Amino acid sequence: MEYNTSAPIYLQVINELKKKMVKGELMPGEKMPSGRDLAVEYKVNQNTAARIYRELEAQGYCFTRRGIGTFVSEEESMFQDLKKEMALELVKNFMHEMDGLGFEKGDIIEQIADYKEETENDA
Amino acid sequence: MMLECRGLTKWFGSKEAVADLTLNIEKGKIYGLLGENGSGKTTWMKMVSGLTKPGTGEIIYDGHMLGYEDKAKIAYMATEPFFYDFMKVQDVGEYYRAFFEDFDMDRYVELVGKMGLTPDMKVKSLSSGMAAKLKLAATLARQAELYLLDEPLNGIDYKAREEIINLILEEADGENTFVISTHLLEEIESFIEYAIFIKDGHLIDKVCLEAERMRSGRSLAEIYVDIM
Repeated sequence: MEYNTSAPIYLQVINELKKKMVKGELMPGEKMPSGRDLAVEYKVNQNTAARIYRELEAQGYCFTRRGIGTFVSEEESMFQDLKKEMALELVKNFMHEMDGLGFEKGDIIEQIADYKEETENDA
Repeated sequence: MMLECRGLTKWFGSKEAVADLTLNIEKGKIYGLLGENGSGKTTWMKMVSGLTKPGTGEIIYDGHMLGYEDKAKIAYMATEPFFYDFMKVQDVGEYYRAFFEDFDMDRYVELVGKMGLTPDMKVKSLSSGMAAKLKLAATLARQAELYLLDEPLNGIDYKAREEIINLILEEADGENTFVISTHLLEEIESFIEYAIFIKDGHLIDKVCLEAERMRSGRSLAEIYVDIM
């Protein structure tokens, strides 16, 4: 994984894992990698790996069975909400940037429509 | 505190290799030891592993003065190759077993296998990447508490570096402790917890990277340039 070296690593991995949950690459109820496998896969130390699972658990996206491992939450609706939440976050950032360039809401919608048309034509 | 170094000083002739160095190392963490060549990194590692005595100052390990019996708990991996050309991978294991009580031959065989080496390979014919992997396997086959790895990523290609880092991350279980010296900041940035900066034998700073990313958003390279 390519990291933004100026932001906390554990937050970036949490975000990546949430994306996997939203995309269904990690399914509700599925076993998560062990701490060791997570450490190797994401190039983090054990303490960071433990912190990542602690945070995901505190947010309800994971649960731990003692001695067995960490699992993805079984509540599917949670990930639909998460998907909306992550989309909202992207839109918020996008709108903020566009606002900074002086675009009004109507112009922005037009820009998106134009862009969508262009990329669809290219395809 | 697992390891406390207080006012360590070491002279080589008229050169002060390590100068009044006070540094603590906590159990279960991975440290990066950073600084130019000749800044005192290797001398510090050799003092902690008991290979050379400090001129002044003290080294406290697990609450007592570092002594002979601690040698079994501290595994030092030197930069320079220390195998003889006539040896095979198997012989390196035997050699280590003779030297270190805590050396586990089964683990060694497992680790060299994981690194793509076989016991009958001749040390002389190994590429630099393979030799580096062999060296690490031999070091990690010791059941130590503290591993001091001097430039484990030096002079080897990208793929070998990846394999070495993966092996370190598999072995660093949050109970044992690693201190890794390197110049390759980007390679270790995501997994070291503290960066120790050393210059002219002095400790310049010890930085907790996650906290620093949170606070100032500086990358390891930026911190390096700023403080060294």
